[in-house]
Amino acid sequence: MATPINLKELSKQEVRFTAGHRLCAGCAAPIVVKMVLLAACDYPVVVASSTGCLEVSSCISTYTAWKVPWIHNAFENAAATLSGVESMYRALKKRGKIDKDIKFIAICGDGGSYDIGFQSLSGAMERGHDMLYVCYDNGAYMNTGIQRSGATPTFADTTTCPAGVVIPGKPQQRKDLTRIMAAHGLPYVAQASPSHWPDLMKKVRKAIEISGPKFINIFTPCNRGWRSRTDDAIMLSRLAVETCFWPLYEVEEGITRITVKPRDKRPIVEFLKAQGRFKHLFEPGKEKMIEQLQEMIDKNWERLLKEEEMTSPKDEGNE
Amino acid sequence: MIGWKDIPPGMVILEAGSALKVKTGSWRAAYRPKWIEENCIHCLLCWLYCPDNSVKVKNGKREEFDYDYCKGCGICALECPGKKGKKAIVMEEEVK
Repeated sequence: MATPINLKELSKQEVRFTAGHRLCAGCAAPIVVKMVLLAACDYPVVVASSTGCLEVSSCISTYTAWKVPWIHNAFENAAATLSGVESMYRALKKRGKIDKDIKFIAICGDGGSYDIGFQSLSGAMERGHDMLYVCYDNGAYMNTGIQRSGATPTFADTTTCPAGVVIPGKPQQRKDLTRIMAAHGLPYVAQASPSHWPDLMKKVRKAIEISGPKFINIFTPCNRGWRSRTDDAIMLSRLAVETCFWPLYEVEEGITRITVKPRDKRPIVEFLKAQGRFKHLFEPGKEKMIEQLQEMIDKNWERLLKEEEMTSPKDEGNE
Repeated sequence: MIGWKDIPPGMVILEAGSALKVKTGSWRAAYRPKWIEENCIHCLLCWLYCPDNSVKVKNGKREEFDYDYCKGCGICALECPGKKGKKAIVMEEEVK
């Protein structure tokens, strides 16, 4: 029987990601990893990571924080590497050399998913490998010194798009990877946030029970890169959900469902003002930019609501 | 001290969870969390939200902090719901 998703029962399970990793104080990535592995606690899992904060800090020299079989290959090919591992598993299972039911999970950052690892991710998903790909999205290349990535939000200050007199932080829009993955026609695609942990764990659990390629994008605050306090990782992810910057939804077999609808949609200003990377937006004369961001978020949220309505299975009795 | 001859080919690490040998508690600079038992409702959110597994739990009940690994980020203190408006975790000045 599956372990119920409540903290009392989950705390009796072993956390398969140990302390002693060298991620920054207050980093949300180990929290996300912990939640994903706890949700999968009923199965033996094999994890792959692409190069990134999580990889370099969880596995330094001869010290590993992982208590599950874990593989790192390069920046661009975590999905391809895990595809190979999964294929080998299927071949051995066919020959009767393995009888365990093993789940395969890739946990990669946004650089390794949105940009550098995008083709291998897209390929692995298209080939239909039985694996769950988790992207922990902290919105820049934090490991190498906060360079912009495809996941960096508009107007965020990074070291390669510094806010100043020439540009107001990142001039471009962020890429919506969750929607791109949904467009691959996968059986399960979702977006989650560690502040809403029962929702996150339910999504991971649902995903690992489905066979075939699955994708979950998880919001992961980074106090170092976002220039925020070390204690606000969970608070910021809650704000991201409540402002609809990071809507929580899932796309299952083409049917979109918003899993958490904020009771009162809060203005994006509340999310922005807690982070130093948006501090230039609060200088006089920049009010237009915050309005522009609010418009973008409203437009996306409206589109998502419409998508949910459009794809929801029609109740035939009401027709 | 580990030499290159002690490392298996391919940089494979054979000991799971060997990072536990690295005591990251020395990173704490200014503040450390303090648990106030009488205000604790044992919701275990601090256990879940701790990035460094520094909150010990036994049989569904919270126990003392593991200062060997706690980096002093303060997430537990901020997220602690406490009892009747009184926090069960507060940050206090680090004593070396």
